[in-house]
Amino acid sequence: MQKITKTFPGVIALADVSLTVKRGEIHAICGENGAGKSTLMKVLSGVYPHGSFEGEIVFENKSISFKNMRDSEHLGIVIIHQELALSPHLSISENIFLNNEIKHRGLIDWNRTNLEAQTLLAKVGLLEDPNTPVNKLGVGKQQPVEIAKALSKKVKLLILDEPTAALNDADSEHLLDLLRQFKSQGMTCIIISHKLSEIAQIADKTTIIRDGRIIETLDMHGDKIDQERIIKGMVGREMNNRYPTRTPSIGKEIFRVENWTVHHPDDSSRIVVDKANIYVNAGEIVGLAGIMGAGRTELARSVFGHSWGSRISGTVYVNGQQVNVKTVRRAIDAGIAYSTEDRKRFGLNLIDDIKRNISLASLDRFVKRGMINANEEYRVGNEYLKSMNIKAPSANSIVGKLSGGNQQKVVLSQWINVNPEILILDEPTRGIDVGAKYEIYTIIQELAAQGKGVLVISSELPELIGICDRIYAIAEGVISGEVSRKDFSPELLMQYMTKAKERTNV
Amino acid sequence: MSSSGEKLNSRTKNIRQRLEGVDLRQNGIFIALLSLVAYFAITTPGHASATPDNWSNLVVQNGYILVLAIGMVMVIIAGHIDLSVGSVAAFIGAVAGILAVRPLEQDGWSWFPALPWWAAILGAISVGAIVGMWQGYWVAYVGIPAFIVTLAGMLLFRGLALMTLQNSNIGPFPTAFRAIGNGFVDKENAIGIKLGLTGLNAMALILTAAGILALLWQSIAVRRGRIKYNQSVEPRTWFFIKAILLSSMMGYVGFQLSRANGIPWTLILLVVLVVIYTIVMKKTTFGRHIYAIGGNLNAAVLSGINVRRVNFWLFVNMGGLAALSGILITARMNSAVPKAGDGFELDAISSVFIGGAAVQGGVGTVTGSIVGGMIQGVLGNGMNLNSVGIDAQMTIKGLVLLFAVAFDVWSKKRTK
Repeated sequence: MQKITKTFPGVIALADVSLTVKRGEIHAICGENGAGKSTLMKVLSGVYPHGSFEGEIVFENKSISFKNMRDSEHLGIVIIHQELALSPHLSISENIFLNNEIKHRGLIDWNRTNLEAQTLLAKVGLLEDPNTPVNKLGVGKQQPVEIAKALSKKVKLLILDEPTAALNDADSEHLLDLLRQFKSQGMTCIIISHKLSEIAQIADKTTIIRDGRIIETLDMHGDKIDQERIIKGMVGREMNNRYPTRTPSIGKEIFRVENWTVHHPDDSSRIVVDKANIYVNAGEIVGLAGIMGAGRTELARSVFGHSWGSRISGTVYVNGQQVNVKTVRRAIDAGIAYSTEDRKRFGLNLIDDIKRNISLASLDRFVKRGMINANEEYRVGNEYLKSMNIKAPSANSIVGKLSGGNQQKVVLSQWINVNPEILILDEPTRGIDVGAKYEIYTIIQELAAQGKGVLVISSELPELIGICDRIYAIAEGVISGEVSRKDFSPELLMQYMTKAKERTNV
Repeated sequence: MSSSGEKLNSRTKNIRQRLEGVDLRQNGIFIALLSLVAYFAITTPGHASATPDNWSNLVVQNGYILVLAIGMVMVIIAGHIDLSVGSVAAFIGAVAGILAVRPLEQDGWSWFPALPWWAAILGAISVGAIVGMWQGYWVAYVGIPAFIVTLAGMLLFRGLALMTLQNSNIGPFPTAFRAIGNGFVDKENAIGIKLGLTGLNAMALILTAAGILALLWQSIAVRRGRIKYNQSVEPRTWFFIKAILLSSMMGYVGFQLSRANGIPWTLILLVVLVVIYTIVMKKTTFGRHIYAIGGNLNAAVLSGINVRRVNFWLFVNMGGLAALSGILITARMNSAVPKAGDGFELDAISSVFIGGAAVQGGVGTVTGSIVGGMIQGVLGNGMNLNSVGIDAQMTIKGLVLLFAVAFDVWSKKRTK
């Protein structure tokens, strides 16, 4: 790939990226969340069609232009996404040959389909009846089905996006073995992963990408390449004053979570948050750092009214008092507020106006004698318009028409208006531009100055380092480290964040 | 050339500026209704659609659909649907028959007295609310989609209606009970005669005047409140035009009704319901929560709304209104029959969508649905008077529903 530049409205996702992958090698791509890894792979696999980006893709010495994923698959480039794309109620063989059915005179030839599926399954080491519906398989066995599907398309270049994120150790090990085996058969493989230990084990080369640019490509067989070296490449960026300065005045403890354990809602045997202990003081901004899927959001949402997870145990204290957080209403009444990482799906009623979005969680305060005072809502909405610098004609404007940054300010306004003791802000600056980010940081600092506790969840380490007084790292559901401001360093945090659970292999 | 073009341009711009703050969609269906009324007033033989008696008929014939439409719009705003309302109306009609007329002596129920008309009505509505609790339980607490629950309810309650009626009819009903579906306020015009008015129902005129005054007072109060809080309001001229238009329309209908038998009790009931439910939807937390749930369910949950409770009460409310609809049709037909309410659910649902509700939920108004229901009513009534065959009527009604919603979809796409 040469000089690939891809822009989204307002954001440059990839800038002048060139990447060379040799036949038969396993090439790892590393970078923080949002660095541009997935975008790059989507360009390569035709998800973003030719013409929506600049630059050139050369495959087997030929310049190519894909219109869609079918074109790239035709040439043998197959991508397996982070979220598996299997149809849960269809059988293994139906999934493998989906949109690629083996037909005989226009009808599907099920005997041949099942036979071929069986040979493919043998190749990926999955001993299952091809007629088994996919949802009867565990996640660890669904991944091989995806790979078998890729093999059925005569894959030459296999791209795996975070293939082991949802797998347990044994399944991950099995997957890595498979990749090694394919490599020996001459297949080329690009793997995106956060798990540096895996990369160190398997990759021939590692390319580090940061802010949409290639930083360096490391030869993993060369000497002195270890995990620390990769981490350095991933985080090493200049930090200028993108963060407002402040002198914190930290009071007594305001919020504490003890022995918090959460299981997955669909699979109640899977532990997602494991005996977490955290606390936040009044006036303190605390960060919660972790890679995607580490359990950050899951921890926050389970504390906020058990709105995620199953078999939740542990205790929550606000101002030293144990509080009941079994429903969202109770959590709010106890003084906890949570603003979501995905404002469009979980935060806002996009078809409604600003004032009613702001008042929703504190509606009772606008009610007099059983009636909502809409004029009062408008007045309060306009106050937030001013104090938060939300750019909109009036509080009667529809939220769906605002920009991301302004929408985020509406979400924050909603929770500030609840007047909570502790605000949990999940990715408060995701998908918004630099100027708006700065404003959000200022708002967060003002909240802390008012004596509230703020817990910020973020994928962007520099952001946490820039605004927090203390940072917890979470990895695989375990609070793996706690760092106070004087010890902040991206390397240290990244080490905690990628710290694998102690292996319990016997 | 160019200067005249500019002038035209500035003129359209001027109009556009003046129209700012005017809800085109809501006003649009209102204008559609007016045009339909005007069209039929001109085309029907002997202007039959504009006669006093026909105005009276229009209200009484459509009352039970409009009552359903009020409950239905709330259900649809929350993102659900209710297919069972026609069957529930039939079932409640049967229950009302038992309570008010008591024909089950042959079953050894002779100990069960026929209740006075008001107790029968209250009892029937309570049974409707219990029906709603049944459906609300499955939707809200078990999590079965409302489409399935109410599809089952459609069969279930039709079956119960047949069982209750034992394949026959119950009737006739006491006069007081029938009044709610068939009666008029001061039909004898006692007040009018006292005042020396003949040919005009004085009570109707008084009520109409009161209604107009209340409407004007209310819209001025709202406007004042908004101005006080520096909110944008409809342009003053438009406000006055609208006020005059609305009052003269109400005045005209009231006048026509006074030339017939006076104001039907059904109309009084409807006006009261529209006022109550408009307030519920616009000014109470319950109403706000319904919009929030339909607008973004996830966000509603994370804002601390007890979604299950809201859904449950939505269906209880729908059950009560379906019961009321059943009482209206039973009173009007003076008989509880097994086939009552057949297809009502479809009329109610179309009313709601013609009235501007969104299929995805989150959008809709009570008044919009009433206007949507009136459009269907006027259309059906006018086509009957024009002796349009039932085949063509169905075709036209289907197309009206389709195009009303298509218009919505198109206008939304354009603004994006």
